Amino acid sequence: MPDGHAANPPDGSPEGERIETAVRAVLGSMSGDLTVVEASLLAELEGLGRTVARAKQEIASLRVDDITLSHIPSATDELDAIVDHTAQATNEILDVCETLEGVAGRVGGVEAEALASAVTRIYEACSFQDITGQRIGKVVQALKAIEARVEQVTLRFGVPGGAPPPPEPQPEPVEGETEGRRLAHGPQLPGAGVSQADIDKLLADFD
Amino acid sequence: MVNRGAMPMDKNTSVLIVDDYKTMLRIIRNLLKQLDFENVEEATDGQEALAKMRAGNFGLVISDWNMAPMTGLDLLKEVRADARLKSTPFIMITAESKTENVVAAKAAGVSNYIVKPFNAETLRGKIEKVMANA
Repeated sequence: MPDGHAANPPDGSPEGERIETAVRAVLGSMSGDLTVVEASLLAELEGLGRTVARAKQEIASLRVDDITLSHIPSATDELDAIVDHTAQATNEILDVCETLEGVAGRVGGVEAEALASAVTRIYEACSFQDITGQRIGKVVQALKAIEARVEQVTLRFGVPGGAPPPPEPQPEPVEGETEGRRLAHGPQLPGAGVSQADIDKLLADFD
Repeated sequence: MVNRGAMPMDKNTSVLIVDDYKTMLRIIRNLLKQLDFENVEEATDGQEALAKMRAGNFGLVISDWNMAPMTGLDLLKEVRADARLKSTPFIMITAESKTENVVAAKAAGVSNYIVKPFNAETLRGKIEKVMANA
């Protein structure tokens, strides 16, 4: 063992061995009968050791490759496909709107006004494709972060005697990051961002 | 139909619209057409927009924020730092709706700020306002 402790730990893991060694060391240092509190503390420690060992076995048995090689790439592909489909559908809707505007130009009068007004509302509504696209982009980023973390945790805890764990992921380099990029948060959840009225008021306060 | 408003606007002004979502470019172009702005060009990020502005003569820029490689805020800063382009009216239309975004855009010299989703009337009102002050 790298730290020189006894070989053949009961649960096959260095941490389990260390906990058992620590319990034995505590027991050895005690003289006389254990108090109720000491006995309870030792029992807790042993229980903790078993829980750690069990968690490690469970992590080791996770088929993490399924997550990193299949589930997450598949999920991100599906999300990309959603963005493509909404873009295609939105373009179809916009095609039809442009046709309707042509019709409005030919019929004239009150009907043309009503038609143009309806088309304007459809244009306004079609901005959903941009906003949902940006939200989906955020989800894809979150999935990729989860994928990286799962790999880290599995390498760190899931392979007894395996390769040494990689270093903690470093924060994204910020050197050279522009203010525009740093402040690009994407759409906020309903109620979290400021409204157009709030923005107008804020801008008026500057003038 | 967008209310065309009472204040006169120079409808022959060249307008540059900047957004990485093609559908949004198309929506804004169509709304501008309803306002009788027919002279509209497009760019899909700040770099392309800046190159077009340096090569052309635009009377109004309507830009998204979150684009790569150059964001709308960085485009705005470049425009305001350019001797020839610095007084071009610049409207940000973006889903960025945090107060810090509005404050940063204002500090960089934005002419007005529209949060997505927006309506045609808001667009008309802001264009009218910034062009009156241009």
